[in-house]
Amino acid sequence: MQVVTTPGPKRWTLAFCRILQEAGISFAILGSEERCTGDPARRAGNEFVFQMLAIQNVETLNMYGVKKMVTACPHCFNTLKNEYPALGGHYDVVHHTQLLQQLINEGRIQMKEGGVFKGKKITYHDSCYLGRVNGVYEAPRAVLEALDADLTEMKRSRANGLCCGAGGAQMWKEDEPGEKRISVERAEEALATGAQVIAVNCPFCLTMMTDGVKAKDKQDEVMVYDLSELILKSANLE
Amino acid sequence: MIQQLLFIVVAGAALWMAFRQFKRVRRNVLLGKDVDIPGDFSQRLRNVLLVAFGQQKMFKNWLPAIFHLFIYVAFLFTQIELIEIFVDGTFGVHRFFADKLGWFYTIVISFIEILSLLAFVATVIFLLRRNVLNVARFRKPELKGWPARDANFILLGEIILLVGIFSMNGADTLLQDIDPAHYTNTGNFAVSSWLGPALFGGMEHGALMAVERFGWWLHILTVLGFLVYLPYSKHLHIILAFPNTYFAPQQPRGEMENMPAIMNEVKSMMGLAPESPATDELPVFGANDVTQLSWKNLLDAYTCTECGRCTAACPANLTGKKLSPRKIMMDVRDRMEDIGKALDNGKAASVADYQDGKNLFDYISREEIHACTTCNACVEACPVMINPLDIILQLRRYEILTESAGPQDWLPMFNSMENSGSAWAMSVERDQWAKN
Repeated sequence: MQVVTTPGPKRWTLAFCRILQEAGISFAILGSEERCTGDPARRAGNEFVFQMLAIQNVETLNMYGVKKMVTACPHCFNTLKNEYPALGGHYDVVHHTQLLQQLINEGRIQMKEGGVFKGKKITYHDSCYLGRVNGVYEAPRAVLEALDADLTEMKRSRANGLCCGAGGAQMWKEDEPGEKRISVERAEEALATGAQVIAVNCPFCLTMMTDGVKAKDKQDEVMVYDLSELILKSANLE
Repeated sequence: MIQQLLFIVVAGAALWMAFRQFKRVRRNVLLGKDVDIPGDFSQRLRNVLLVAFGQQKMFKNWLPAIFHLFIYVAFLFTQIELIEIFVDGTFGVHRFFADKLGWFYTIVISFIEILSLLAFVATVIFLLRRNVLNVARFRKPELKGWPARDANFILLGEIILLVGIFSMNGADTLLQDIDPAHYTNTGNFAVSSWLGPALFGGMEHGALMAVERFGWWLHILTVLGFLVYLPYSKHLHIILAFPNTYFAPQQPRGEMENMPAIMNEVKSMMGLAPESPATDELPVFGANDVTQLSWKNLLDAYTCTECGRCTAACPANLTGKKLSPRKIMMDVRDRMEDIGKALDNGKAASVADYQDGKNLFDYISREEIHACTTCNACVEACPVMINPLDIILQLRRYEILTESAGPQDWLPMFNSMENSGSAWAMSVERDQWAKN
């Protein structure tokens, strides 16, 4: 199996790669040959920039004969899986939370007895592009259950989950005039669960939720983590 | 005899007017681009049966779903009674099916009566919800004026319809004892057998006959009125929900439509494809008017009943931004209607010749489309599979690709992507993180 990861923020890409190494999975990264998938440009309306990046990526991936990819970002996941086929890129794409679930199920990652998150209240934020858009709701939750934590749902979850506010290239622009930021609205909902940890599966959600928690001045009490970071902290690694 | 003639003339006129209006709706929908919507037939059928017929998506919010179901099922079954009304009216007979169906007739009409009673309760609750209770999605600015009146007209129409049914059946129950020769014995109906005596007990023969006729005419005139009113109203969903779910796109929700023209252009720039022959005409990408949207986008707009579930789920709207997915659908419909009216008034021979100096951006502001996070909450929320996001994205494409406009904030992102392949301008190499 050849696996190519698409780096999200450094912190969690490292965490995820560490887990893959521990699980004995051989994988490669595209490194400097990798381009952004083009999702933000496409959703902003800039098809031209999207095509430039996407075609380069398809060329590179096809040149290396990549069959299977794992990505730590639901936007990359969606674009690689659903949009690259029309450009001649056909790959078996999984999101890192799906692979984590598989590794846990197969016993290739073992959790520590009495791990750091045992009994802690964790709430999970569904990203739009993994959840509502691609229907993956259970894999990340199954991963969280392995932590033996107290998983609490927000009022709006799964198909009704509320966006963090970053999608559709909003990440790169100021909000349109309104009453509050979407990230604050969502952070308030997450904080209302009383959770000590907010688990996310998307680098954009990570930034937005961290900002939202800061805006409510709760950054010392509540942490925002990607699932791979949570697993890395709890897994029995050498 | 006079009643018979009157019925045929009124019903004929109403059907003709409705036919012409539905033709107008069809013409307006076909102002949109002719696109093929690929799809698997069994999946289409599933969508129609589960989502439109079975109201599956309504039950995400079960309380309004149940009340809506009462009205919907009552409406479906009342069609049976309507067949009899048409037979009776055309041939001057009274309760044509009563003696032919016997006990079965009693059961069918009783069933309709129970449903009608439930529908009556639901309609009153809906009127209260819209006008008294503070339901946020019914208080949005886009509903001010005509849309709010339209909603109330329909609910009042439903009440009038039900008053008609119960006056007709209630008076008939009493008349069966007074004049059994004309008023065929129907057996005891579930509601009117007690509601009739309670309301009209002690009235004279002549008065009862008048009430029965009043109910009959009120019922059928309201039905015909509805039929003519539908094409002007948001209530069109009762018909269009079916074709709209049938033609709902089946590709993955996260797939934006590819633009082969741009793909090929980029490929030829990169030397991966032969250069496409140059043309003088400036190409139009995306959509700035209904004629550049697909006919399915326009069918979506006519199918929208302005319930606002999309807007209630929209993160931008929830946090006070101007974007409301429902308003996008209403604006597309308004634009279609305006162009349609101009064509009807002979202002242009065809839509290709039509110019009024306006386009969709005169209806939908830039601020609205810029606020969208493409989160698909509106798409998920719609009970009849309307896709407001698809329209927003086509408008964005027009703005960026055809006008070279759009939010300034995006320019550095576009530049960085174009130059370094990264959405953020990075000072270190992309794989720096892996090298330590």
